[in-house]
Amino acid sequence: MSESASANAPKPSSSVKLVLLGEAAVGKSSLVLRFVNNDFQENKEPTIGAAFLTQKCSLPTRTIKFEIWDTAGQERFASLAPMYYRNAQAALVVYDVTKPSSLTKAKHWVAELQRQASPGIVIALVGNKLDLTNDGGDVSEAAGAAQNESDSAQDGDEGGDEQDDVQDAVTGDARKVSTREATGYAEEEGLLFFETSAKTGTNVVDVFTAIANAIPESSLKTGRSTGAGTGQTSLGNRSTEDARVNLGDRNAATAKEGCAC
Amino acid sequence: MPAAGMNTQPDPKTDGEQPVKTSKQPYISSPPTPDDDTRSVSSEGERPPLPPRPNTLSLLNDETGPRVALQAEATTAISRTDIETQYPEAAESTFSTLAVRNLVQGPKARASLSQLASPRGSEAGDSASIRSSIPNGDSGDVEALFMDFAATAPGSQSQGATGLLDFPEFAADDIDDDGILSEFEAVGELNEEGDNEELLLQRWKAKRKHYVILSAAGKPIWTRHGDSGLISGYVGVIQTIISFYEEANDHLRGFSAGDTRFVVLTRGSLHLVAISRMMESDNQLRLQLEALYMQILSTLTLPSLTHLFSVRPSTDLSRPLQGSESLLSSLADSFTRGSPSTLLSALECLKIRKQHRQAINNALLKTKASSLLYGLLVAGGRLVSVVRPKKHSLHPGDLQLLFNMVFEADGVKAGGGESWIPVCLPGFNSSGYLYMYVSFLDIRDDIENSADITKDESVAIVLISPDKEAFFEMQGMRDALVEQMERNGSLKEIKTAIDNGRPATTDIVPGTVLHHFLYKSRANVQFTMSSYAPEFSSVTRRRRLMSMYNNLHASIHAKNTHVKVHHCVSRSATSFGWVTPVFELYCIAEPNTNRNALAQSASKIAQWVQREEERLFIIGGAVF
Repeated sequence: MSESASANAPKPSSSVKLVLLGEAAVGKSSLVLRFVNNDFQENKEPTIGAAFLTQKCSLPTRTIKFEIWDTAGQERFASLAPMYYRNAQAALVVYDVTKPSSLTKAKHWVAELQRQASPGIVIALVGNKLDLTNDGGDVSEAAGAAQNESDSAQDGDEGGDEQDDVQDAVTGDARKVSTREATGYAEEEGLLFFETSAKTGTNVVDVFTAIANAIPESSLKTGRSTGAGTGQTSLGNRSTEDARVNLGDRNAATAKEGCAC
Repeated sequence: MPAAGMNTQPDPKTDGEQPVKTSKQPYISSPPTPDDDTRSVSSEGERPPLPPRPNTLSLLNDETGPRVALQAEATTAISRTDIETQYPEAAESTFSTLAVRNLVQGPKARASLSQLASPRGSEAGDSASIRSSIPNGDSGDVEALFMDFAATAPGSQSQGATGLLDFPEFAADDIDDDGILSEFEAVGELNEEGDNEELLLQRWKAKRKHYVILSAAGKPIWTRHGDSGLISGYVGVIQTIISFYEEANDHLRGFSAGDTRFVVLTRGSLHLVAISRMMESDNQLRLQLEALYMQILSTLTLPSLTHLFSVRPSTDLSRPLQGSESLLSSLADSFTRGSPSTLLSALECLKIRKQHRQAINNALLKTKASSLLYGLLVAGGRLVSVVRPKKHSLHPGDLQLLFNMVFEADGVKAGGGESWIPVCLPGFNSSGYLYMYVSFLDIRDDIENSADITKDESVAIVLISPDKEAFFEMQGMRDALVEQMERNGSLKEIKTAIDNGRPATTDIVPGTVLHHFLYKSRANVQFTMSSYAPEFSSVTRRRRLMSMYNNLHASIHAKNTHVKVHHCVSRSATSFGWVTPVFELYCIAEPNTNRNALAQSASKIAQWVQREEERLFIIGGAVF
């Protein structure tokens, strides 16, 4: 459903800037490639710098054109991240369900986004590599307790929760991060949450559709005032700019709509 | 001109190696205690005057005689010829060591070479058969590991004994395609039980070429084959050997173990080591290591590299380099496959009519974004056009890194979109990042399956800006540029030029004896060459071709030789090199090619290139 430009429909079309963040090798680029090209590459080489892609997503009432920044996950590129999320209206924070440390990193990204990004940014937490687990993405009491190191020291704002609620093992299952733990965290932070597999395509389009739906009409370029906020704790929006105020956020940075393109 | 010079020109290889050889012999038998003073005196003293050459026959006898055993016994001792001098030019002397080694293995080649070099040498041809033993004997403790490596590697010995006589240029010449292709296969990973270590090690040792980068503190940073676990033992050994010389305030530059050549390049806190059984000269290996070092700088910048090690000498650099391993690997593999660009330190351009290039230049200038530093249009690693500021030229080394990143490594292209990449161009400025916009052009819409587009056919627009926020500006420029080029037909011209490919030698000189040539324009720092097809289409044949060029290039550029023309006959090919202040021309022909025919063809090629100069090369480019 996200495919096809379907320009024939006179639906209002608007673009949404979306950024992917997350630890190296969790599958950010693979998610994007699945979404944009419906393609998957085994052993993809790491992204260098960042890649910019676009894809349209057709909703019942409007068409969303995603302008996607797929960033490299390596530490040395981290300092460039603000450039990509600064004007983003949506962010996909990706972790690897088989790698607890990647969720920790994801939480750091969420915290950073909440501090620094546009106040109304729609954040989706995505656990990728579902194909490596036994289940189709449902709650399982997954492997070996506390692989999750505490990251509370890091999260200044409010993201300082991380219950190591992981329970116990499921044999032959590479899952190391339970759905429950991640959902719990996502709920607490008001994030969209999905578990996906870029390899099989499970839930990939759904993530982007959900984001498209969650973007308030008001924050879109075509839209004007009165935000119909969904999925986020966003309220009204500012006059000239479309930036919305996130109550949970202290420093409501002025968000500019970046370059039109 | 070449015809006249050819038969009288001394063979630079034989020429260069002799002083070293004579000076080296005492060291080999002497106990391996480093004594740099006397060593450097002796070698430096001896090289310039070029003592009277022993005739080739005695040289060969010498080689195959007692020295064989000696060489195997004290491998580091041999390397001390290299260690003596730490200046770049000294590389020539290390090359000579290689030549000596070559000689051990391929006396036939030398013999035929020396026929040209001196009339006396002609008898040497027979002595080739003298060689029977392999220089792989016992060695000291330190070397043992490596000797083992060399000795157990499948094929190396038998090739040394038999294959070499047939194909003296390249030890691994008689391997099939699988052989060279397996060079690039992954060694694999240790399985959970850890019981496949033996197998992995075996595979690792079977590789003909290794690159290892380690820190001065001995931490493995990167290796082309295997992982740090697999190589840690070897890294320890390398580190020990290197630091042994460091302690004596000396710098190890290279050494041999059997038919394996080790070359060490030290840059700051990094040791880069090339281990080759592919008959490459030290100079060539050093250039390759230099390029790998440049790649590291390009990822990290010099100040941050220096900073990392000054803060913590034991820094594990593999972490900050994470994600760029594939760049190093693809660079290394291009060297292993053989890269004319690296060999000649020059760039190749797409052959296109002058007026078409002019049209593209104009489009670039017209659409130039204000924060643009360099703009490049590149077709499969061949430059189509460049736009640059008047004050700044482009460095071939930098472009080599860029092209490797854009065309060879998958990271950029597989992303499927436009890329925005922070990159340090060490030749331009090693202390900071520039930002590179990359977009691939879809000019081959006639092909429905884009996967069919080979590396050679993909066209990229590369726009470099010092401003990290300039992505959308660059994107705007790209759109405008593409539109311009679409309108004035440039895209179609580029496509045609790509389809035409490189000309075959017979297209240029009908009926020529030449199979392939490389032509470097010295002033433009660019080169052009004939098509690999049909003679050199396969990876193996291409590798062999490049080996011949390597040898030819090394011979011509050997120290103490001021060769203008070099003619080399071997059983598998005749090679011919010709150097003038304007150009360097290297050609390969059938083994028994008539010299006059060769010279005539070569001069016709040179004339052709001069005639087509403005199509083959970018002269000036678009400047703002």
